[in-house]
Amino acid sequence: MSAPARTAATALPPLPGHGGTGEPVLQVRDLVKHFPVMSRGVVRRRVGDVHAVCGVSFDLFANETLGLVGESGSGKTTTARTVLGLEQATSGQVRYGGQELTELSRRRMRPLRRELQIVFQDPYASLDPRITVHEIVAEPLRIHGRYGPGARDEVRELLRLVGLNPEHGNRFAHEFSGGQRQRIGIARALALHPKVIVLDEPVSALDVSIQAGVLNLLMDLQSELGLSFLFVAHDLSVMRHVAGRVAVMYLGRLVEISPARELFARPAHPYTQALVSAIPLPDPRKERARKRITVHGDVPSPVDPPSGCRFRTRCPKFAHGLTDPERTACVEQTPELIDRGSGNPVACHYAETVRLL
Amino acid sequence: MTTTSSEGVRAGAATDAVLEVDGLGVEFPTEDGIVRAVRGVGYRLGPGDSLGIVGESGSGKSVTATAVMGLLPATAKVRGSVRFEGTELLGLSDARLSDIRGKGIAMIFQDPMTSLNPVYTVGYQIAETLQRHHPDMKTREARVRAVDLLGTVGIPGPERRVDSYPHELSGGMRQRVVIAIAMANDPDVIIADEPTTALDVTVQAQILDALETARAETGAALVLITHDLGVVAGHTDRVAVMYAGRIVETGSVEDIFYAPRMPYTLGLLGSLPRLDREEERLTPISGSPPSLLNLPPGCPFAPRCPMRRDVCDRDEPPLRPAGRDGHLSACHFAEDLVGTGAEQVFDAVGADSEALARFADATSTGNREEDSV
Repeated sequence: MSAPARTAATALPPLPGHGGTGEPVLQVRDLVKHFPVMSRGVVRRRVGDVHAVCGVSFDLFANETLGLVGESGSGKTTTARTVLGLEQATSGQVRYGGQELTELSRRRMRPLRRELQIVFQDPYASLDPRITVHEIVAEPLRIHGRYGPGARDEVRELLRLVGLNPEHGNRFAHEFSGGQRQRIGIARALALHPKVIVLDEPVSALDVSIQAGVLNLLMDLQSELGLSFLFVAHDLSVMRHVAGRVAVMYLGRLVEISPARELFARPAHPYTQALVSAIPLPDPRKERARKRITVHGDVPSPVDPPSGCRFRTRCPKFAHGLTDPERTACVEQTPELIDRGSGNPVACHYAETVRLL
Repeated sequence: MTTTSSEGVRAGAATDAVLEVDGLGVEFPTEDGIVRAVRGVGYRLGPGDSLGIVGESGSGKSVTATAVMGLLPATAKVRGSVRFEGTELLGLSDARLSDIRGKGIAMIFQDPMTSLNPVYTVGYQIAETLQRHHPDMKTREARVRAVDLLGTVGIPGPERRVDSYPHELSGGMRQRVVIAIAMANDPDVIIADEPTTALDVTVQAQILDALETARAETGAALVLITHDLGVVAGHTDRVAVMYAGRIVETGSVEDIFYAPRMPYTLGLLGSLPRLDREEERLTPISGSPPSLLNLPPGCPFAPRCPMRRDVCDRDEPPLRPAGRDGHLSACHFAEDLVGTGAEQVFDAVGADSEALARFADATSTGNREEDSV
């Protein structure tokens, strides 16, 4: 390791009941990210905050895929970006390899970027259109001073690894289809042999027949290379397929975290239940015979989120299943993400598991 | 309802159809040549029928719908026939078409922000639609009806919302307004083009419910265009799968989902990660759809098809009966698919295994070197 010796690993205490096995690679505690809302006019004053991420905590273990799922505006992408230091955290801790990432300068962060990589959502915007694919994949090697004599072959090998023809290295990104571009982005992320890869909606821009190939590739890479994936997506079916554990976000907060199998078999948070109910199954008989839990209305503004439980304004349980005194707790107390008897942490005062599939 | 093709497979009397599309072709001249976006699409809708049209980007499903509505740009060359209650729509003047649009056939587009006018209130826009087809309707009456319609599609507080501008509403609310406008004149056919693609899943579920309400209220037949096989499974009785500008398979939802007879359909189903079961591996379809510019002869799916044989490169298979009544497939070897699953036809390819092993070695060697420095 050429970087200055790391301080002794001060791993944070594990999160009770969050599951996961082995050693945590990346630890996130009480992560908060607010974006200022400025007034209009000549003198721009700060008039409020977008509460994008509010007190998110999780551990990412070695050799696992942790899914972060939620709808638009839930803060899942901001969480992922803040973890990597692409956004400055408002408060909270991100621990990797014994270092506190939120306190590192850009210069001190740089050697760690070799180990923490990201694949972006949009395969059209995330690749430089003016340089060849070879140069795109070689760029991380150059930046980190690893572009040596064998690097040409190394890049060819990376292209082969992700299922591209290594002869096509001298082409430009626009000559490739969406699925192939996403593979280029994956090759670039792998170039420095990282330990953690954040995947920000890596397949949501792709048609299903193409998406399946990229998912297979990612799963092979994860299991064979022992990588840790933080997989951000809005598609629950994709999550179910790739993730070992899944964390569900709503309006900046984690509402439930469970092993994928359990989360989908018996979700405990009313929001997770609504999400699972809302995903159409490509099976006509099952789809028409399903029991559903539906929600009304839209996600409230993150500038002025509801007090107490943020889901209460849309919660079917709050609306129909609770007495007035019970509702008081939802309005006044923020439910903590703790095990409430279902075996997995749920942020709902009245969590109850339901079988929906 | 049955699906017709240029080969003329159909059932039932022609007179009871509300919408009949036959041999529809659309070509766009471009600088690089002619793009044949739609190549002989046909279907037939009886009163109250529902048809899902599925396909990936560029398969021609939206262009088909736009051609039916007569909304393509003037440069597009449209062939074939589109009949609404027996009246041929292709070649009809814009004024005559306007009498049918909204009242006969209503359309719901993907993006409500572009189908609504930003400078008028939603109530005004609903009233405008009503008064276009009912010139005697008083403005006051139209407003009452608008409030009514907004309530029907599930907008809370419709008396207030009727005076809102589109930008004051969320995406889901806007799409409800578009549905309210579509059902305003009690149409016989509603064509919904990716109506929920821009929306989050919980909102999508609400909008699909609103669409069902609109159908129940008007008794309209539905053409639902989507890339989401799950949406089709729950909301339509029949399905047409499009690929490279043609319908390559059609049948009841049960035929398509449980007994597909076209490798492309099988591949699509095998590519889908499922919420309701644990699949070991997905089976992607290799390659990508062909360019519709200078399409080579033969089956357009052949270059991606694991079942391809010489005849596939030579002759484009017609849509012909396969399996149960009304189930059609455009594959030379449709019967070979009886009783097979996607995993028997397609490879579950992922990372190149040899390259992966070498890369894993390089990673562990690299780590050892780092540790020893």
